[in-house]
Amino acid sequence: MMLSIKNLQAKIGKKQILNGIDLQVNAGEVHAIMGPNGSGKSTLASVLAGREDYEVTEGEVLFNGKNLFDFEPSDRAAEGIFLAFQYPVEIPGVSTINFMKTAVNKIRQYRGQSPLDAVAFLQLMKEKMKLVEIDQSLLSRSLNEGFSGGEKKRNEIFQMAMLEPKLSILDETDSGLDIDALKIVANGVNSLRSKNNATIVVTHYQRLLDYIVPDFVHVLYKGKIVKSGTKELAKELEAKGYDWIKNEAALV
Amino acid sequence: MSKDNQVLEEFTSKEYEHGWNVNLEADEAPKGLSEDIVRFISAKKNEPTWLLDWRLKAFRLWEKMKEPTWANVHYSKINYQDIIYYSAPKQKKSLTGLDEVDPELIKTFEKLGISITEQKRLTGVAVDAVIDSVSVATTFKSTLGELGIIFCSFSEAVKEHPELIRKYLGSVVPITDNYFAALNSAVFSDGSFCYIPKGVRCPMELSTYFRINAANTGQFERTLIIADEGAYVSYLEGCTAPMRDENQLHAAVVELYAMKDAEIKYSTVQNWYPGDKNGKGGIYNFVTKRGLCFGDHSKISWTQVETGSAITWKYPSCILKGDYSMGEFYSVAVTNNYQQADTGTKMIHIGKNTKSRIVSKGISAGKSQNSYRGQVHIMKRASNARNFSQCDSLLMGDQCGAHTFPYIDVENQTARIEHEATTSKIGEDQIFYCLQRGIDEEAAVALIVNGYAKEVLNQLPMEFAVEAQKLLALTLEGSVG
Repeated sequence: MMLSIKNLQAKIGKKQILNGIDLQVNAGEVHAIMGPNGSGKSTLASVLAGREDYEVTEGEVLFNGKNLFDFEPSDRAAEGIFLAFQYPVEIPGVSTINFMKTAVNKIRQYRGQSPLDAVAFLQLMKEKMKLVEIDQSLLSRSLNEGFSGGEKKRNEIFQMAMLEPKLSILDETDSGLDIDALKIVANGVNSLRSKNNATIVVTHYQRLLDYIVPDFVHVLYKGKIVKSGTKELAKELEAKGYDWIKNEAALV
Repeated sequence: MSKDNQVLEEFTSKEYEHGWNVNLEADEAPKGLSEDIVRFISAKKNEPTWLLDWRLKAFRLWEKMKEPTWANVHYSKINYQDIIYYSAPKQKKSLTGLDEVDPELIKTFEKLGISITEQKRLTGVAVDAVIDSVSVATTFKSTLGELGIIFCSFSEAVKEHPELIRKYLGSVVPITDNYFAALNSAVFSDGSFCYIPKGVRCPMELSTYFRINAANTGQFERTLIIADEGAYVSYLEGCTAPMRDENQLHAAVVELYAMKDAEIKYSTVQNWYPGDKNGKGGIYNFVTKRGLCFGDHSKISWTQVETGSAITWKYPSCILKGDYSMGEFYSVAVTNNYQQADTGTKMIHIGKNTKSRIVSKGISAGKSQNSYRGQVHIMKRASNARNFSQCDSLLMGDQCGAHTFPYIDVENQTARIEHEATTSKIGEDQIFYCLQRGIDEEAAVALIVNGYAKEVLNQLPMEFAVEAQKLLALTLEGSVG
């Protein structure tokens, strides 16, 4: 078991957002988490990554058997958790190349590996650039500064490729993408899939799941997973909307 | 927030790296300032009468002047009678080679990462090392000599090139210029002198390393650089001081003189002891730096990375006298704990078609105060003058201050002036983004700050850009808000 979430509850300020999440993810699996706006999808992603604004009030998360909450956010990244941000952050004056060089070597340091020299780094970069069809000129520019929506998301997937995480969490990666950009991003994600890593795709729409086909689909509503199924569930949601889920949840 | 504060705490307890003290035997003047002390200094240096007279004139003027109070800095009154105005590490009278330098001294500079022994020299950098009041060693003298370049200590220049000193000393910063310049003119003890002859491009970086070592002493060095027609030189100064509880005064004067088609690039990495985290001790850095673009098409460029000193009062300026001359000022000033910096530039446009460019990046953390003060003055004759100014402030935490005081005086309607200013805070979302990529908080701050200051750091000579980047990171480690 790569990720095991039990009865996870979390709040921001005084507002309770997650109300007892249970989720198990094995290596090699792709899980989609869907749900209406405000159901807690992005909060779940943020809590796993360790964003400070959220307070975990209850529950347990094991990542490869270790208590995730024992790790600082940067150590969680080094342990192999990657979050593709819904709104990637701009850092003026720092190129993606420089940013990634720092990140790759910090993670290597955490793992007791020696830093990559310039040549080895460039080689790794060239290889990963192909995967996500990203241009080197974009990577030489200040991180995300003046990037289009599509460029930002492609840059996230490029970083994911560079860091080779065990668990990738894609937070609304499809938002703001046209169909061509969506395909490129999905291709990138698919080519990184292996039996050793897992992916959690957080999305509002079914559209992305046509390209990144999930093994499991979970519906999040009011901070709880109210329904789980296969990719067919996503299709059903697309056809019927979220109201029937809300109604079903209300009946319970 | 509480975690940020904790990191801030950790950072503020970070020790100053160059705070060691070396036991060098020193030859000192008695405490205090009087005509006798001025005479004592002049006599120690076997100076000609004209120079003694010049010093005395400055001293008498200084006595009548008042310490300026307009800067946005606060400190308890300096007792000028409680300072030692001359201190020299004891060594043999005159040195003929580096092998005669006190090994303790060589070790001192090696600790600083500056090797003055030529076997282990920095490639392509000539160094003049000034400790307390005197220059102790200048490297590469003969190599430079073949090109007619003079690079030596100020005292030596007084002896060997009196005609140049007499002509140019005080020509850019007159003794009456300001309180600290007058004080310096009266008691300056040493410094660097550099002359690049007509049409010569200096093949290496010239560099002076200043170190205050002795207790209770002030350091008053004087630097004079002259670039003759069509000459080019890139010059760098660095400085450190031991940690001491009392404040020490540093009042230097730098004069740059660029003739027709000449270019001078002057870079500073200022790392004087900033005082401890409670604001105790530290250097008072009151410095007058000015360049004169005397000839047409001349260019002077100042780059400074200011990380040290308890108080910084410093405005490297350009007088753009020659037509088509150009002045530049690139600055990164970092303050933390209780440091105060009031720094900026003056661009005085006198000639036609003159251009100036100002890029100032302030970074304030802790309880520090960081001010940019700048003046752009377009005189009547200066038709088609252009200026571009950009003043950015970055705040870390919520107890520091950033201030901007830009002054613009335009007497010619053809002038074109642009001024841009921004204030920003390091965002928690930026930090989190870095953390999520495996970059710890300290490295994240270093990355973001270096990105912010990149435009200025890029102006530094390669050898020192890396040092400056590390210094910025060290000064701000963990200082997130």
